[in-house]
Amino acid sequence: MKVTLFVPCFVDMCYPGVGVSIVEILERLGHEVECPEEVACCGQPAFNSGYWDEARKVAIPVLERLKNAEVLVIASGSCGAMLKVFYPELFANTPHSDDAIALAEKTYEFADFLVTKLGNPDLGARFPARVTFHDGCHGLRELGKKKEPRQLLSQVRDLELIEMGEAETCCGFGGTFSAKFPMISTAMGEVKCASAIETGADYIISNDSSCLMHMQGLLSRQGEPIRTLHIAEVLNSRA
Amino acid sequence: MNLNVLQFKTDSERLTHDLGHRDRIQSALNKYYVARDDKKARFQDWQAARQAAAETKWDAVNHLDKYLVEFAEKIEARGTKVHWASTAEQARQIILGIVKEKNARRIIKSKVMTGEEIHLNDALEKAGFSVVESDLGEYIVQLRHEAPYHFVFPAMHLSRGEISDLFEKELGTAQTDSAEELTMIARRVMRDQYLAADIGISGANFAVAETGMISITENEGNARLTCALPKVHIALMGIEKVLPRFEDLTLFLPMLGTAGAGQAVTCYNSMYAGPRQRGENDGPEEMHVILLDNKRTHLLADIEQRDALHCIRCGACLNVCPIYKNVGGHTYGTTYQGPIGSVITPHLRGIQEWKHLSSASTLCGACTEACPVKINLHHHLLHNRRNAVAQKPVWWEKIAFELTAILFNNPLIYRLAAWGGRFGQLFHPLIKGSLLDPARAWTKTRDLPDVAPQTFKEYWRARQK
Repeated sequence: MKVTLFVPCFVDMCYPGVGVSIVEILERLGHEVECPEEVACCGQPAFNSGYWDEARKVAIPVLERLKNAEVLVIASGSCGAMLKVFYPELFANTPHSDDAIALAEKTYEFADFLVTKLGNPDLGARFPARVTFHDGCHGLRELGKKKEPRQLLSQVRDLELIEMGEAETCCGFGGTFSAKFPMISTAMGEVKCASAIETGADYIISNDSSCLMHMQGLLSRQGEPIRTLHIAEVLNSRA
Repeated sequence: MNLNVLQFKTDSERLTHDLGHRDRIQSALNKYYVARDDKKARFQDWQAARQAAAETKWDAVNHLDKYLVEFAEKIEARGTKVHWASTAEQARQIILGIVKEKNARRIIKSKVMTGEEIHLNDALEKAGFSVVESDLGEYIVQLRHEAPYHFVFPAMHLSRGEISDLFEKELGTAQTDSAEELTMIARRVMRDQYLAADIGISGANFAVAETGMISITENEGNARLTCALPKVHIALMGIEKVLPRFEDLTLFLPMLGTAGAGQAVTCYNSMYAGPRQRGENDGPEEMHVILLDNKRTHLLADIEQRDALHCIRCGACLNVCPIYKNVGGHTYGTTYQGPIGSVITPHLRGIQEWKHLSSASTLCGACTEACPVKINLHHHLLHNRRNAVAQKPVWWEKIAFELTAILFNNPLIYRLAAWGGRFGQLFHPLIKGSLLDPARAWTKTRDLPDVAPQTFKEYWRARQK
């Protein structure tokens, strides 16, 4: 199958290893991957801030470029929710409405794609560590994906998953929220990280780099040894 | 920055640093989660129950014209006087009118959030009447001269020690650490108040159109006494409280108990259908019901957010909200705190003045998931943000998003941004977290990730060659 891969702006810039891992996994499974140069951001920051006209300015070129994809995979639950859930609302009653609905139907967050579309294949991954999983709110509640990433992790050799009490609690990132209300955001992050640390895990794994960026930012500042890692990098690990 | 925003930011900053507060709220709510999940499991199918409740409320809210009139006719037929109040001021005047006409001096109230909404106690006290809250939590916050912290658990922010101190100071009672003893102190005070009061004021959790009754849910029995002992009973309720049928309560009473307090049903659920009837030997001589609009019809006119009128004020959305748990109830500065308050307050009190509450959310959706009547709470926060911007954009935010649109739509500028980021981060440690740092809001408490030596796009381009 020809997979069009959308690596969102901050993943592209700060976490390229996530995109590289996805490309390598999909190619190893025999799929052709394309990554359109022109596509950078889904428009979520403007959308979530209420600037829907400006969001459409970013989203229309994305829609135009991706609408002919056979299947679209996104390296983030949050951006995935933007395309899958919010594009149809953003473009409702506009000439782009049909395209937005059609694109939403063939859009998958990466972990969801591996399980739902590819049937959870054994990727031969080995990751000898104790990990805990963070459910990104968009992946969990907008896309409704709870078991899929865990099914993927259950196939990874030598990996021990220890669930944390606050697995489904928001990490406090929230995009522009983290800058508009930094102290609330930080407090939420502290609650989240404390729950992860309590498990004694070596890594916090998630399918959303934005949450991981927030948690890692706090953990690094506080000198905590626990590290964050995207699920694609775990699944691509052959150590 | 308007005063509401300033107050919200100042108070949230203070409370997010108060780790004692965080622990107290978290441990109170942890007990609630266990009890709630236990009671949810007793429903044959909780999700189906939510759907049924949402459909019933949809029917009620979309046919208020029919059900409110039916309710009023049925309850008036048994001698209750129904008043229609468009505004808070009208509602206050109606109540003051009744109180004055009866030459009342002492008023007792059971928990009534619409009373908080219209600042009823202030109005009554300014007119020279004494008002006592009979709900224990409400009584405690009344003694402290503060607003309820949570619209179901008004005093949940206080420890037993603080309540004991308060009672010692205000009532002269001995110190105690026992919840039972504290309750008994309040009960002794209350018993005299019920007997002395000329008027009892209550709210209503539901109004049944079919039978012309109001239904009140409580745990302390104080509402029963408030409604039954004084000569006059006044019930103040929002127009959205109406339910079509009596049998609807078979779903809504356990649902309210479960979602609100983790109880299968609360200790007392009472129906009030009118004043003392001929041949009856107890109950009030007069009963008044005040149906309050106070901009609820504005919300009704908004088709997108009309479902916010489904709310049964159970507080489930507050209890799961990570914002609420960290900033506490008083920080909101509203009658209705938490996600539902952030959704409806802009409609009730002005979107430009209260839009910050809709921004103070990560849109995590825990509230929507918890809501027993399926209000699309977190998406409505998003809709409020959109509506506020459409009405009056913030100029610099608009420019910023216009500029980012240019950045994201031009691969060359985007490439330059990666280079700019790598260059900038060389010098960032010099100013990190200081007042000169443009990313200070983030870097004050968190580290920023670096722009990678090779971005994904650079990797991909190199591979294509």
